[in-house]
Amino acid sequence: MPASSQATATPPPLRKPQLVCPAGSLRALTLAIDAGADAVYMGLKDATNARNFAGLNFDLAQARDGIAYAHARGRHALMALNTFADARDPARWYRAVDAAAELGVDALICADTAVLAYARDHQPQLRLHLSVQASATTWEAIEFYRERYGIRRAVLPRVLTLPQVDQVCRHSGAEIEVFGFGSLCVMVEGRCALSSYATGQSPNTAGVCSPPSAVRWEDSAAGVQARLNGVLIDSYAPDEPRGYPTLCKGRFDIDGSRDYALEEPTSLNTLSVLPQLMEMGISAIKIEGRQRSPAYVEQVTRVWRAAIDSCAAQPARFGVQPQWVAALGRWAEGQQHTLGAYNRPWR
Amino acid sequence: MKERIALTVGPVLYYWPRRALLDFYAAVAESAADTVVLGEVVCSRRHEMRPDDWLALARDLAACGKEVVLASQALLESESDLRGMRRLAQQDEFMVEAGDASALRALAGRPFVLGPHINVYSQPALQEHARLGAVRWVAPVELGLDALALINPPDARVAGGPQGTTPVATEVFAFGRLPLAFSARCFTARHFHLNKDECAFRCIEHPDGLRLDTGEGEPFLALNGIQTQSAAQHCLIGDAPALRAAGISRARLSPVSQHFGDVIDLFERVFNGDADARTAAASLHALSLPGGLVNGFAHRRAGLERMPA
Repeated sequence: MPASSQATATPPPLRKPQLVCPAGSLRALTLAIDAGADAVYMGLKDATNARNFAGLNFDLAQARDGIAYAHARGRHALMALNTFADARDPARWYRAVDAAAELGVDALICADTAVLAYARDHQPQLRLHLSVQASATTWEAIEFYRERYGIRRAVLPRVLTLPQVDQVCRHSGAEIEVFGFGSLCVMVEGRCALSSYATGQSPNTAGVCSPPSAVRWEDSAAGVQARLNGVLIDSYAPDEPRGYPTLCKGRFDIDGSRDYALEEPTSLNTLSVLPQLMEMGISAIKIEGRQRSPAYVEQVTRVWRAAIDSCAAQPARFGVQPQWVAALGRWAEGQQHTLGAYNRPWR
Repeated sequence: MKERIALTVGPVLYYWPRRALLDFYAAVAESAADTVVLGEVVCSRRHEMRPDDWLALARDLAACGKEVVLASQALLESESDLRGMRRLAQQDEFMVEAGDASALRALAGRPFVLGPHINVYSQPALQEHARLGAVRWVAPVELGLDALALINPPDARVAGGPQGTTPVATEVFAFGRLPLAFSARCFTARHFHLNKDECAFRCIEHPDGLRLDTGEGEPFLALNGIQTQSAAQHCLIGDAPALRAAGISRARLSPVSQHFGDVIDLFERVFNGDADARTAAASLHALSLPGGLVNGFAHRRAGLERMPA
């Protein structure tokens, strides 16, 4: 092919990944839909989902309204049922599967084989997505869930590099969803018992991490101390900005020197690698933050809608717009953005 | 006569020099342990032992009368990680302990062990895995003994194995620093301001992990490469009657670099002999790493709590 014709040929537009946005409340759901989310994900008001916080999530009537709102606009509503069924009452998780089916959600997001098996056997028409809490980090792990439970999509843990994500996309028979923006879990999701070690409650057992009920703020002459069930997680000078004392983001001592020993409070932001993700054939990009405010959901959704549309139209000319950076920067935890594991400066 | 609680020596979670590792297993071979789990389950970069070295060691231990189980890595990320897992799954000399769902796929249809990082939190979940062929279940560390009894009841054990006729055995993590979390990131390398791919294998300098204290000087966690552990040692030596009542037939003792022979010996004498649990607990406390002994998880409490037996 002559070089000149190559230069003038326009690359084909990329398939747009679904933009999947968090809905911790009906207000957040409607704002996400209005701001351009292709799908919203939500949970019921109990321990069946991994954001089991007071004041968050949906009762059945609210869920019905929210799903109707999404469907009326041609969007999808997904339900997160992504904790592990409690040995004392697995039937509660089964009832949530049945409730989701009755509500007409477009997919269930599950991690527990008990829940997946129940959904497969009792609500076979329900589309199943594998939650990030299932910790499926390889294509073989995803194939396990696809072959056995018929999952149609898998959400990847936030620990893989871009080449590893690519490898998963190439070999997996399921659609792949990745996290685009939000709080960064440094630990592999579904494999972290740090919170239950300190407080007795964890994402797997109770749908919470470093639960607010265990947090105590104490004033002292030196400043403010943040404790989790009595364990000192961090201390702040009087004029220092304070973060929520998530256990893995605390400051601890090793050999006498104090630092963020596990992870500094930062946010994941993958806008700059959006063209690569889309070329790999990612099916969906997820925004984290069902626990965040409706305003966060609206503005982050708006930025990502614009970015995905722009990237799909002209992938070769895609650039991260300064106004996007500014808008997302307002909502980033610790006011820092990182690509997380997708590129590993620490690798 | 009380039923034996079999003692399993869990995989060495740390990076020890080859000589130290071989000396450790030479002592284990002479101990009262029933089962030994071998393999590198934390970091694929560690290379003091190659796959063939593990196999040779497995054969030696088997020749000494130990049941040997080979464990697959808990966090697989690369194709080379997957190849390592498949190599384990393809051999049939030793049973394999599954570390993740990739291994479940590779092991389905054969008898195998469910490792502690497979998320089984209810009876129907255990049944799902038993249908694959699992014959032994190492429970997630954060589950209480009451949950273990509900999931695999002593009087009605879940049926597993390739034919679905083998009652699944429950194994509980009974001693050692608790493996609490995994990350893609190496915290040991991070502490030394090194990149993971050029980590200089500094974890080899910390045979029981790198201790992390709270701002008040309390030992809290231990960093072991990409794994985060408790600083305190989980210890169920005082809980033998509760273990038996919950139908637990195996106790996992997770290796520490010092006095591990004493640990095995004390558990053997208390669990399967007539030794006094309080005296043994005091001995273990005297030998323990900074952080002391805890058992909260077994009692459905925060893991760092210490409950009287």
